[in-house]
Amino acid sequence: MIGKPRGGAADPGKAGCAGTPKQAPVRFAAASGKGGRTNVARPMTITEKILAAHAGLPEVRPGDIISICLDLVMANELSAAVAISEFRKIRGAHRVWDPSRIALVPSHFTPNKDIATATLSKMMRDFAAEQGIQHYFEVGRGGIEHVVLPENGMVGPGETIIGGDSHTTTYGGVGAFATGVGSTDIAAAFALGEMWLRVPPSIKIVYQGRLRPFVSAKDLILRTIGEIGVDGAIYCALEFTGPVVRELPMSGRFTMANMSIEAGAKNGIFPVDAVTEAYCAAVGKRDYTVYHSDPDAEYQKTVVMECSQVEPQVAVPWLPENTKNASELNDVQIHQAVIGTCTNGRIEDMRQAAEILKGRKVAPGVRAIVIPGSQKVYSQCLKEGLTEIFIDAGCVVSTPTCGPCVGGHMGVLAAGERCISTTNRNFRGRMGHVTSEVYLAGPYVAAASAVTGYITSPEQLALPVGAAV
Amino acid sequence: MILRGRAHKYGKNVDTDVIIPGRYCNLIDPAELGKHALEDLDPGFVKKVRPGDLIVAETNFGCGSSREVAAVALKGAGVAGVVAKSFARIFYRNCINTGLPIFECPEGVDGINDGDTITVDAANGVIRNETTGREFRATQFPRFMQDLIAQGGLLRYVEQRLAAKAATGDRTPDAV
Repeated sequence: MIGKPRGGAADPGKAGCAGTPKQAPVRFAAASGKGGRTNVARPMTITEKILAAHAGLPEVRPGDIISICLDLVMANELSAAVAISEFRKIRGAHRVWDPSRIALVPSHFTPNKDIATATLSKMMRDFAAEQGIQHYFEVGRGGIEHVVLPENGMVGPGETIIGGDSHTTTYGGVGAFATGVGSTDIAAAFALGEMWLRVPPSIKIVYQGRLRPFVSAKDLILRTIGEIGVDGAIYCALEFTGPVVRELPMSGRFTMANMSIEAGAKNGIFPVDAVTEAYCAAVGKRDYTVYHSDPDAEYQKTVVMECSQVEPQVAVPWLPENTKNASELNDVQIHQAVIGTCTNGRIEDMRQAAEILKGRKVAPGVRAIVIPGSQKVYSQCLKEGLTEIFIDAGCVVSTPTCGPCVGGHMGVLAAGERCISTTNRNFRGRMGHVTSEVYLAGPYVAAASAVTGYITSPEQLALPVGAAV
Repeated sequence: MILRGRAHKYGKNVDTDVIIPGRYCNLIDPAELGKHALEDLDPGFVKKVRPGDLIVAETNFGCGSSREVAAVALKGAGVAGVVAKSFARIFYRNCINTGLPIFECPEGVDGINDGDTITVDAANGVIRNETTGREFRATQFPRFMQDLIAQGGLLRYVEQRLAAKAATGDRTPDAV
């Protein structure tokens, strides 16, 4: 059903959730709207169309509380452990609703750092075996969930996906409705394959102009959060549009959708275009439904970002909204650089880092930690010679893990230490000691800073523009 | 349900990492989690909090991670409820699902100082500052969420849905 329906109303009969018993329409409460509803479906955003189709309703509007059927439910070892113990408390639920629509990915404290985390992983592993869950990605065959699921063709346009991880918003990069929830919501979804939610109002961000060299999707999303604030999209859908977005590769779209949550958004979503469809074909994703926002759909607000003047960005402690130009922070000394994670752990990110690090050395006094986001990315780094570039530069190259981003392992910071990081949060104590500091940036800036030992914009290294690896 | 306790007041954007740092996310036990609640924001919190106390905070309380243990840690520390100007959405759901009462009340937050004694009538959302005598009213939960809470939380709702599906022949593998 590729390519249909374009525009027009949501088609409840053609909703996703194939293989799931067709759900009776459920609307618990309608938003108090202006005037009555008409028989003609109202113009809707892509988010509203996906939700309507999965609720079996011809239309929804912001504020409606509905139940949607789910195409995929994801959890990692931290969220799954609690979800499994909650699932066991549900009377009448002995088997999950559909073992082919659940993905379990050990990622956060794996390979396990201690007995407590090994126990959580074992709970998830045992549950996967007991329930016959097909998409369990063991250590060595997976990686970080938000890198692994897309590259295995498990998320597609028009689908509904929830995950026991706030960065589940990543899958909006392919035009899916994807949102993070807590473990009890995951337990409920394991049993039912459904979730209740309030339909979010949408905020449209229009990216205009052309990107300067060394300005990546990470810089755009940091700049956006700097503009609208960490609660700028609270309870809302963020819709990323405009000519700059059309030029972005899928890796960049995942990066931006990933950090939608850092503006408080329920989901972040990209229009589906030729880039998306080529990606889906390449990863073997089939049988998806494409929805497009209607031209006259309602938005809570529209923000226009002029990108031509955007420089490489850094978010300084303690919030992702504290964005500055990297070139203004040259006096900030760093002790560690982390390149990877669910935000920037894809092969394109690794190439950006290698472009900077090739033939250069990590500064004395800096530990540079490169973490490919999945086994596939790890393997590709080896094939392209990137791993050798990293090692020659003096980096450590880690197995895929969320590790340092959550202050878990593989790069935890001591008191007073500073890290430039391609991760997504710079909250107090996020990567270690409460007085340690995280500065968020894209791979170009993180790599350039690793070379100089101070926060550095790649332009300041006087590289030939776009130098190939 | 009437909640009564002292207010511990904090600013905006209190994130899940300071509510319960990642280094403790290998814990599940509420009491153990409670020993580290708000450790990276206010190291003295667990020593001064008494069972029944409430947290009062500005906007976007609970932003960040989906870690449900954030709500559990606050409960484990003895916190009876949270009054804030707004909540981050995942934390909001987690509180409803884990039974930590939360109240959106911008005026109340402005009218409560750290250390004031407050009472909250969870049924009608009336917040009374006993120290100053002022009263405030929290935003009402939508009807669906009120019902969810009244039923005993999300899992009881799931049981009803499973039973309803079984009765209508909309079979799920486990509801047979």
